[in-house]
Amino acid sequence: MSILNLALMFAFGCFALAQLLCLYRVMRAPGFSDRVLALDTMAINMIALLTLFGIQRGTQVYFEASMLFAMVGFISTVAFAKFILRGDIIE
Amino acid sequence: MSILGEILIAALLVSGGAFGLVGAWGLVRLPDMMTRLHGPTKAATLGVGSVLIASMLHFWLHYGILSWHELLITIFVLITSPITGLFIAKAHMHLSWQQGELPRPPSGVEWCTYGRGAENSPIVSVDGPEKPCE
Repeated sequence: MSILNLALMFAFGCFALAQLLCLYRVMRAPGFSDRVLALDTMAINMIALLTLFGIQRGTQVYFEASMLFAMVGFISTVAFAKFILRGDIIE
Repeated sequence: MSILGEILIAALLVSGGAFGLVGAWGLVRLPDMMTRLHGPTKAATLGVGSVLIASMLHFWLHYGILSWHELLITIFVLITSPITGLFIAKAHMHLSWQQGELPRPPSGVEWCTYGRGAENSPIVSVDGPEKPCE
C-alpha cells in the first residue's frame, strides 16, 4: 500500500468522523444557529469527501457535484439567517 | 509520479483531514455559540482548501491534467465562509441577546439588527421609536 493510499484512508476517516460529530450537533444543539452552523459545516465537509473520492477513483466527474454542494450550502445558510433577521428572504 | 510529489500530496491530505476533524470537534466541544463559530469557519475551510489543492496536484502530477476546478471551489469557499459566519453571528445575536447587552455603535445610531425592518421577523420583537441605524 503506497503512502498516498494511506493518507487518503486517513483523510477519509477524519472527514467521516467530522461528519458524524456535525450530525450529533445537528441533533442535539442548544439553539437554532448551532444547527445551521453544523449543517453548513456538513456541506463543507461533503465537498472534501467528494474530492477525496475523486482522487481515489482518478476521475474528475465529482467536481461539478462539489461545486453544487458549495453553492447550495452557502445559499441555504444565508437564506436561513436572512429569514431569522428579517422574516423575509427576498424583500 | 515522483516520490517527492507523492509525499507532498500525502502531507496535504493528512493536514486537511486533521484540520477538518479539529473543526468539527471544536463545533461539539467549545462552550458557547460565538466560540463555536470559530471552529468550523476557520479549520474546515483550511482543511477543505488543502484537500482541494492536494487533488489539483494529484491530477497534475499523476495524469498530466492541469485542472482549475479545484482552485475555483477553493476560492468560492474562501469567499463565502466569512459571509456565512457573519450571518450566523447576526442571527445568533438576534435570537439570544437583548439590545442593551450589546456594546453601543459609534455616533448615536442603533444596530440595524434591532432596528426598522426587523418587525417582520418571526422571533424578534421590536419596540421603541425608529432610529437611524448602521
